[in-house]
Amino acid sequence: MNSTAYPVIFALDALTGALFLLTAIGVVATRQVLASLQLFILQSLLLTLSAVLLGVALGSVHLFAVAAITIATKTLLIPWLLRRTVSSEVYRTREIERVLNIPSSLLIAAALVVLAYVVANPLLRAVEVPFAQINLPLGLAAMFLGVFTVAVRREAVPQLLGLLAVENGVFFAGVAIVPNLPVIAELAAAVDVPVITLVVGLLTRQIHQRLGTTAVGQLSALREH
Amino acid sequence: MELAAVLVIPALASVLSLSPLGRRFAAPITLAASAIVLVLVAGVAEEAARTGRVDALDEWLTCDGLGALVLLLVAFVGLTASLFSWGYIRVEHGGGGKEQHYYGLFNLFVMSMLAVPVLANVALMWVAVELTTLLSAFLVGFEDTPEALEAAWKYVVLTTLGAVLALLGFLILYWGSRVAGFEPFTWVGLGEAAPHMPPALLWPAFLLILVGFGTKVGLVPMHTWLPDAHSQAPAAICALLSGVETTTVLYVILRLFPVIGVAPGLDARPWFVGFGLLSVAIATLLLIYVRDFKRLFAFSTVEHMGIILVAAGLGGAEAHLGAAYQMTGHAIAKSFCFFAAGVAVIAAGTQEIGAVRGLVRSSPLAAMALVAGGIAIAGAPPFAIFVSEFLILKAGIASGHYVTVGLLGLFVVVAFCAVMLHINKMAFGTPGSDGSIVAGLPLPSALARPPLSCKATLALAAIPLLVIGVHVPAPLQNLLMAAARAMGG
Repeated sequence: MNSTAYPVIFALDALTGALFLLTAIGVVATRQVLASLQLFILQSLLLTLSAVLLGVALGSVHLFAVAAITIATKTLLIPWLLRRTVSSEVYRTREIERVLNIPSSLLIAAALVVLAYVVANPLLRAVEVPFAQINLPLGLAAMFLGVFTVAVRREAVPQLLGLLAVENGVFFAGVAIVPNLPVIAELAAAVDVPVITLVVGLLTRQIHQRLGTTAVGQLSALREH
Repeated sequence: MELAAVLVIPALASVLSLSPLGRRFAAPITLAASAIVLVLVAGVAEEAARTGRVDALDEWLTCDGLGALVLLLVAFVGLTASLFSWGYIRVEHGGGGKEQHYYGLFNLFVMSMLAVPVLANVALMWVAVELTTLLSAFLVGFEDTPEALEAAWKYVVLTTLGAVLALLGFLILYWGSRVAGFEPFTWVGLGEAAPHMPPALLWPAFLLILVGFGTKVGLVPMHTWLPDAHSQAPAAICALLSGVETTTVLYVILRLFPVIGVAPGLDARPWFVGFGLLSVAIATLLLIYVRDFKRLFAFSTVEHMGIILVAAGLGGAEAHLGAAYQMTGHAIAKSFCFFAAGVAVIAAGTQEIGAVRGLVRSSPLAAMALVAGGIAIAGAPPFAIFVSEFLILKAGIASGHYVTVGLLGLFVVVAFCAVMLHINKMAFGTPGSDGSIVAGLPLPSALARPPLSCKATLALAAIPLLVIGVHVPAPLQNLLMAAARAMGG
């Protein structure tokens, strides 16, 4: 099978993928905590869209299940959980002090995207799967960018969103490489993500109450002397 | 059916602990549940050692020799940790809501660790690993100090990040087995599919899982969170984290070996040996300079995880038997060490190595326990770790891995000296000599005498500690052999 079988859907998926990547870069570069959250919701919507497109093209019911689960957990449940657990004061926070300034962050982000293509290339040559040419490298890129976000952001909520962006990247690749993943696995992942959010959200609240800050990147009481 | 009961009982115990009944009886409920689980698991382990595999619930739950060994270790440390908690949590935090909260999470945390080796479906197994982190996060931060919360934060963020990377690895493995024409997403299914998978898929899958779950095992350089979490949690939780949680996740990595090791075009062994040796080397260095005795035991965990990984990478029946034996010896000795450390913190009022001198005079029990635990974990005869390390080194020489064996032997000896030096000073040193901190008298809290349950735990945990280095009972020997076979050698 190749990309010419469904030219319109292929083009739409490519567009979705490009926007997906942009949101991942956005989460790295944004200063406002609230904006990070909105970018994450947008990214989850794009993941849903890609799942629906592939579901139509491949006639896979599983992918519609993935789409439904993503909408329910990532665009509704997670923002709601975060608002319930983390005080609104945190969302107004702007990160002044950064580990890296924005231009160098973006430069590294670009390098990570190139790296994702380099890593994905041998896999794509070994196995011909429709849509994997788009979804696998872009999913990997979003994953790398998420890891990078966790490393450079100091606020608790953006670090969590970086973590969830890594998860989004894995699923963006996943819908193309394993469109027929057993439903049990999808349900499991659907439970996992809200639990991560709940635990990290409650921990953030506890840290905020105890230490008066959510700049977790600056915590350094524990280290070798 | 026992396999299902092993998971249901801790869940019930958690519900009961959080119910009004738990207000007074959370600790005894947890202890009773842990004891029942251990009895059931002993039966499962015996059967798995005899028949090679135990299945339940239409093969949703399954357990071979290696899984049964991990299950047995988790159940044993679960029992000792719940006994230790009884007095410790009551005295430190009082009864009531906080205590109920502790036992509610404690039981669920143990359940998630018991689930990892028995879930047949790989995706569910991944969720169980993920839950071990999420359910223990608030136990790590239980003391509610800034340090404990910092440790809990690093623990959750880094290990979850690792787990998500591993998830992509598992998805790629499933992709590979679909490409090869195989359906079930189970360990057995993956093992059958692996020889037919394209190597281009196996490689990235293997590396993602090794690095991702390696974070949770504490392999260098992804180990940075481990000494924090393993030193800030309450002692009973440290015993679970260091003694068995790391082993449970290492089990998953070892499981990859028979799956991927049989595939053409991929040799996992050098990666196991490389990561293992690096972890042992860095942990040994850190052991020399460590200043906090709970961190000392945490770094020793990194060292031991490295040794087990090297043993698995050396390959062959003898090295794998050594690895299984080392897993057993480490889980028993390390949980004992953290119980001893918990009693020592009560007696000395500090975790600073430099502030504790001559503990044998103020608290002979704590000092004796620390010395016994230290000797056992450092690997002196007649303890199990001496025997298992000897087995591993011997197997390495027999298979011609001289450089690996030389380096491993060197690091093990240096680590031994470092651990014994620190513990010797704490137990028998003179206050004020050798530049130790003289912080006046440590605050003799209401706790200065360890609660009865903590003493009972030390006595109970000492039994296997002292026995298995000298004599391995026949059923355990069979289980170790079955575990070594399941590792693919």
